[in-house]
Amino acid sequence: MLDLLAPAAPRPVHLAVQEVSKRFGRFLALDRVSLEVREGELVAFLGPSGCGKTTLLRAIAGLDPPTEGRIIQAGRDITLLPPGQRDVGIVFQSYALFPNLDVRRNIAYGLRGPAWPREKVKARVAELLAMVGLEEHAGKYPAQLSGGQQQRVALARALANRPALLLLDEPRSALDAIVRSRLRTEIRALQKSLGVTTILVTHDQEEALSISDRIVVMNAGRIEQIGTPEEVYRRPASAFVAGFVGRAGSFTAEVEAPRRLRAGPVRIEAEAAASLTPGQAARAFIRPEDVRLGPDAAGHPGAFEAVVTGVEFLGALCRVHLLAEGVRLEAEIPSAQLRHLGLDRTARILVAIPADRVMTYPEG
Amino acid sequence: MASLSWRRALRPTPTLEQRLVGLSLALAGLLMLAALVLPLASVLIRAFQDGEGRFVGLAHVAAYLATPNLAAAAWNSFWTAAVTMLCVVPAAFAYAYALTRCCVPLKPLFRAVMLLPVLAPSLLPALALIYLFGNQGMLRWLLMGESVYGPIGIVLAQVFYCFPHAALILSVALSGADARLYEAAAVLKAGRGRIFATVTLPGAMGGIVSASVVVFTLVVTDFGIPKVIGGQFPVLATEIYKQVIGQQNFHMGAVVGLVLLLPAVAAFLIDLWAQRRQASVVSGRAVPLQPQPRPARDGPLFAFCLLVAGLLMGLVGVAVWGSFIRFWPWNLELTLANYDFARFDSAGWGSLWTSVRMAFFTALFGTVLVFLLAYLIERGGVGGPLPRLLGLAATLPLAVPGLVLGLAYILFFNDPANPLGFLYGSLALMVLNCIIHFYTVCHLTAVTAIRQLDPEFESVGASLRVPIWITFGRVTLPICLPATVDIFVYFFVNAMTTVSAVVFLYGPDTKPASVAVIHMDEAGQVSAAAAMAVAILAINILLKLLHLAAAGRIEQTTQAWRRR
Ligand SMILES: Nc1ncnc2c1ncn2[C@@H]1O[C@H](COP(=O)(O)OP(=O)(O)OP(=O)(O)O)[C@@H](O)[C@H]1O
Ligand SMILES: [Mg+2]
Repeated sequence: MLDLLAPAAPRPVHLAVQEVSKRFGRFLALDRVSLEVREGELVAFLGPSGCGKTTLLRAIAGLDPPTEGRIIQAGRDITLLPPGQRDVGIVFQSYALFPNLDVRRNIAYGLRGPAWPREKVKARVAELLAMVGLEEHAGKYPAQLSGGQQQRVALARALANRPALLLLDEPRSALDAIVRSRLRTEIRALQKSLGVTTILVTHDQEEALSISDRIVVMNAGRIEQIGTPEEVYRRPASAFVAGFVGRAGSFTAEVEAPRRLRAGPVRIEAEAAASLTPGQAARAFIRPEDVRLGPDAAGHPGAFEAVVTGVEFLGALCRVHLLAEGVRLEAEIPSAQLRHLGLDRTARILVAIPADRVMTYPEG
Repeated sequence: MASLSWRRALRPTPTLEQRLVGLSLALAGLLMLAALVLPLASVLIRAFQDGEGRFVGLAHVAAYLATPNLAAAAWNSFWTAAVTMLCVVPAAFAYAYALTRCCVPLKPLFRAVMLLPVLAPSLLPALALIYLFGNQGMLRWLLMGESVYGPIGIVLAQVFYCFPHAALILSVALSGADARLYEAAAVLKAGRGRIFATVTLPGAMGGIVSASVVVFTLVVTDFGIPKVIGGQFPVLATEIYKQVIGQQNFHMGAVVGLVLLLPAVAAFLIDLWAQRRQASVVSGRAVPLQPQPRPARDGPLFAFCLLVAGLLMGLVGVAVWGSFIRFWPWNLELTLANYDFARFDSAGWGSLWTSVRMAFFTALFGTVLVFLLAYLIERGGVGGPLPRLLGLAATLPLAVPGLVLGLAYILFFNDPANPLGFLYGSLALMVLNCIIHFYTVCHLTAVTAIRQLDPEFESVGASLRVPIWITFGRVTLPICLPATVDIFVYFFVNAMTTVSAVVFLYGPDTKPASVAVIHMDEAGQVSAAAAMAVAILAINILLKLLHLAAAGRIEQTTQAWRRR
């Protein structure tokens, strides 16, 4: 029986968070949060500012124990253990590098005690410096480093003790986009090569989608959805997730028939509406890349006409803003196609939406 | 429903570290209780009790109001303080404005001169004024028949004594200017007068209120100046002394103490209110203002600074000179005779040694206590009301005049029922008293320094299995070393010059130099008193010079990381 499952068997659970709540006075910062992280996995916490990502991370690290619930790491209940007795490394949102210690001393900060004689510390620091590519900056103070370099120092410091679980709290866009994306790929490569189980807090959905194995979407202290990037993007579990992760045009509509929505005079086929009862108010989300325009829409059963209200040039792609009888939509098409369509403001164009691509949720 | 089984409130068992922090805070709480709260409470209680400890309600207060001298003293204290404030604050504002917002030459010199009166006991200017305008004064004719012993002398000496305090506060307030505001105003075509009225003044308002409040409180609560130059003019500070030391009337002393406490507490609250409103005029991203030369403004201000600096230096100079004169003003031969203190006071040079020891221990223990406690309050990670209560207790001493604190210590520690009574008259008690008396400013300095550190430092340590005291020693303390040294110097200098806090507390072999100055002046030995005051000043200047030299080295060794 077990043998049959073996090839597909997922790796063992490294961290289990069970029904964890955290209160600050009367404010409920985490509301019965449960999740599992498997060994070697990179899981991203994604959510708007103030939704409790840092709070959850600090509970896992043991810096602010939860008020309710249980946290289990590698089969051991660590809910109330002090941080020093857990096997966790953490990179703080502010990095919290010690400004009066140089890069080498910052990295070596946690390497002390009988387990770390001087020679061993030296070797380990050299190894870490090479790992994050900061060899020639070893003698500098944090104030003399760029934001990206500071983050690498913080990363090396957190990894120094070879923790089984790495927690990364991302700063809120302290770095420019290119540096971010480079760091992101570096972190992912590093994480893969070390095989360290990692939780990454991020505000950047693109980052979450591109590097993580699974994403935990949070909102107001609750978990909205846990899934692979593809699942979260394609099959959002709630209207919040659909609106928060990735771009989507959205409008309110009424469920007219089991698989049909009506927004004003516009009728749109939507498979997802099957789960709603006719007559109910609904909110629909449509990804810009799912909107078919012009010739692509022709012959589609539910095609309708819309007015172009604006065109944004994004480089390889163009974003087209559309208005059809009060329903606002966004479409993204290759810039080359835009020229073919000959679109400009106030042009009218045929629009179609595949029925399986309309994400529908009960309104309210 | 099974999942509900662990949905109970979790109560983590505290770690060894947390226990130690909690224990330290509890000990600090006990210390604050014994050294501040209970003594003050005994003043309150004594004011409403009779000799047998029975409650007598407002009887003492009524007696106070019926004593004409005491009521007059309250009024005198009030109006001399108000006049001093009105003289000092505008002058200090102009001086600070010249130093921070204008291009006047000799700025470092002006800054150094400004610090001079802080290093001297308040008695020094009073003694200098006696040299100049006293009964044998050289410039006595300038007063046109008025006597310097009385309100004139008090106000003149207080102006000198309070000036640096006000100027320091105002230069801090004026140096935090945001150039962008000035550029915005200039782009909007506001004239100079309008910019001054709409940008400069509002920005400095918090500082102006603070300076006024500080000057007012200093004058009302200062004991040395009215004692030396007040003559028969009664003020609250000297009345307490008369009631307690002269007539041994502790009840009346306690009532006068409460009256003295009122303006000090009111001033404290006003300042608190003003600071709240001032929240953050200067944001983190402010662009510092670079003053541009403008002769029409800089010229007159330079002349003004020269005048003020000349007066400050002149008055100190007169005291120094006078201390070397054989017989003022008849025999101006220079001599060291006045420094042979044993001729005038049985303690001789010993009192200076007592002062140095007291100041050193105050600075040493005070700095350790202030910094550790501020750190534990800010970063100890202990919840509950204790840290907040301790923070409150730390700001309380600013509102308690030294005389009241001294009186509180007599009442509390001299009480036969107090097991700590053996401390009375000892150096240890005087040290404790000085630490508490000067606590608040030091505490605020420490808190400001600590708050500049990333709040996650302790968390980093914790997650890396480094105990909090290692992080404290390797990171917090080195970064805050300049602030700790400042605190040390502040404690030392103030303990050297203080009179009011210790005048009730010294014992036969623990008379400090500042009290010796008063005694010698009382005995008519003005030159010897001046000599002792000059000796105190010299020690403080020496320490300040050491501080400057050390600050350079500290900067190099522990603050290298600040350079980019
Ligand atoms: N020590 C605290 N006391 C009171 N409230 C707190 C405390 N720490 C966090 N909170 C509150 O808990 C909520 C979640 O905070 P948290 O720092 O976890 O947010 P976050 O998701 O990390 O936000 P960001 O993306 O801005 O970093 C916020 O509303 C915050 O104000
Ligand atoms: Mg956060």
